[in-house]
Amino acid sequence: MRTLRLLLEKEFRQIFRDKGLLPIIFVMPMMQLLIMPLAANFDVKNINLAVVDRDHSTYTQQMISKIASSGYFHVTGYYTDYTPAQQQIEREKADIILEIPAHFEVDLVKENKAAVYVAADAINGTKAGLGSAYLNTILADFNNEIRMKWLPEAAPGPGTIEVTSSNWFNPNMNYRLYMVPGILVLLVTMVGGFIAALNIVKEKEIGTIEQINVTPVKKWQFILGKLIPFWVIGMVDFSLGLLLARFVYGIIPLGSLLLLYGFLAVYLVALLGFGLLISTYSDNQLQAMFVAFFFIMIFMLMSGLFVSVDNMPEWAKIIAKLTPVTHFIDVMRMVVLKGSRFADIKMQLLYELAFALVLNGWAIWNYRKTA
Amino acid sequence: MNNKAITCKDLTKRFGDFFAVNHISFEVEQGEIFGFLGANGAGKTTAMRMLCGLSYPSSGEATVAGFNVFKQQEEIKKNIGYMSQKFSLYESLTVRENIRFYGGVYGLSDKQLKEKGDELIEKLGMQQEAKMMVGSLPLGWKQKLAFSVAIIHQPRIVFLDEPTGGVDPVTRRQFWDLIYDAAEQGITVFVTTHYMDEAEYCNRISIMVDGRIDALDTPANLRQQFGATSMNEVFYALARSAKRSAD
Repeated sequence: MRTLRLLLEKEFRQIFRDKGLLPIIFVMPMMQLLIMPLAANFDVKNINLAVVDRDHSTYTQQMISKIASSGYFHVTGYYTDYTPAQQQIEREKADIILEIPAHFEVDLVKENKAAVYVAADAINGTKAGLGSAYLNTILADFNNEIRMKWLPEAAPGPGTIEVTSSNWFNPNMNYRLYMVPGILVLLVTMVGGFIAALNIVKEKEIGTIEQINVTPVKKWQFILGKLIPFWVIGMVDFSLGLLLARFVYGIIPLGSLLLLYGFLAVYLVALLGFGLLISTYSDNQLQAMFVAFFFIMIFMLMSGLFVSVDNMPEWAKIIAKLTPVTHFIDVMRMVVLKGSRFADIKMQLLYELAFALVLNGWAIWNYRKTA
Repeated sequence: MNNKAITCKDLTKRFGDFFAVNHISFEVEQGEIFGFLGANGAGKTTAMRMLCGLSYPSSGEATVAGFNVFKQQEEIKKNIGYMSQKFSLYESLTVRENIRFYGGVYGLSDKQLKEKGDELIEKLGMQQEAKMMVGSLPLGWKQKLAFSVAIIHQPRIVFLDEPTGGVDPVTRRQFWDLIYDAAEQGITVFVTTHYMDEAEYCNRISIMVDGRIDALDTPANLRQQFGATSMNEVFYALARSAKRSAD
């Protein structure tokens, strides 16, 4: 016990004397939490639309003004021919071309049907996909309006199904509400993962680990002496992030804080075990940094922060499930937005417990006092 | 328990086909200053690491402080001090904090730490520097401090791996005064060095060539045996026969 206390004393002194490390631990994540949610907005707005109007009729005018007033589109130009519009796309001035053929109005009135042509620049897939979808909705809407005008007492016919949707737990579809808890998890993960990965390797590089290895310090004491300080730092970082979320973004967890911290406590043990494991396999800090970076990259992309895990192919879902971050992001969103209870997050907690046991057990096993 | 500090019989460390340490046998008496010489790459550090319980021997037998190097490494570790080639105190801790940490890890109580610490700092004349970060001390001071910390728990044996590398002659002299002090307190000193003048200070020395021990005796006897006037000549005579290139 005394040995552990001495190890902790030493570790905390070293951390707090490291003038380069402190800002990385405490300032950097908070800066990111202030900036990233503002940018990580999945709402697609400001889609640049080039209109090729070969008809120049009242209807086309009405249609275009309806599109422009939707708030999603920004009409960058009106053309009478396709070529200049296409050039706009090539120069990345426009994202979507809406082509209205000649005789649009005449066709619509006489033949009772008309066609428009939508071409999207699919280099930015999200913008193209969502843009076309928005455009379709607006056109369908417009279509209905015209029909209502012409057929005020609509003939009984096959009715259209109207879908009204409401967004539970996040009624205004506020992306910050959705992103901030996830980003906070990522930041805690990055800080914890990296400092743990670099720490033991640093002692290897300097040579102090050899000195420790010839002392009677036990393996578990040494590993715990490394785990506990970073665990405390993770807790502090998370708390700072929660405060920031509350006062800057107005996000107050609906669920129990105790549950959140309980989960965090287990999660941090798993995460730090991962860092220490890398540490025991690497010979120098550069190596550890690259390996940690590789995995944290996977953690970020597979965790379901940016892409919903449910949309992933089966093999990717397996990777996502084997990523500790996934479950914590899940739980964060559930507890913060939905107010989920212990019973709802049991599975995730089991996963984290398993990660914690395996990763730390492996790290302790792989750290050898006698080679 | 036997009262030899170190016994070693056919101790061997093999890496594949390469015999880093090739069947070495020797004994070291309690309280002796034992010089462990050899060219770079002769296998000194490997042999020392096995004796300290940092590395498993491939074959042979050895005991350190009466404990088996195969099975009782943790017992050995309680009874030895070790100072490696690399400086191994924590540079971002002060002199006092390093003493407290390493002494405490060996089980010294707070009271003992205070007494030993005061004593040590006074002996090294570092009262002014006690609260300074170790990283800011000159190399010679660091080495003296590292040695004093390595024996703060009064181990039976202290292993020193090239402790005076890169240290100026005056400080080296002071360093050897510390070694003599330790030996007088009954601590066995097992030291590797490349300085032949330091070899003369040892009670007995062994010279390793290509993983084997080619000579082992008191410095005076060795000089006589090789018909040499200094340890330098003895060392040259032996090291020249080495087939292994350095490093």
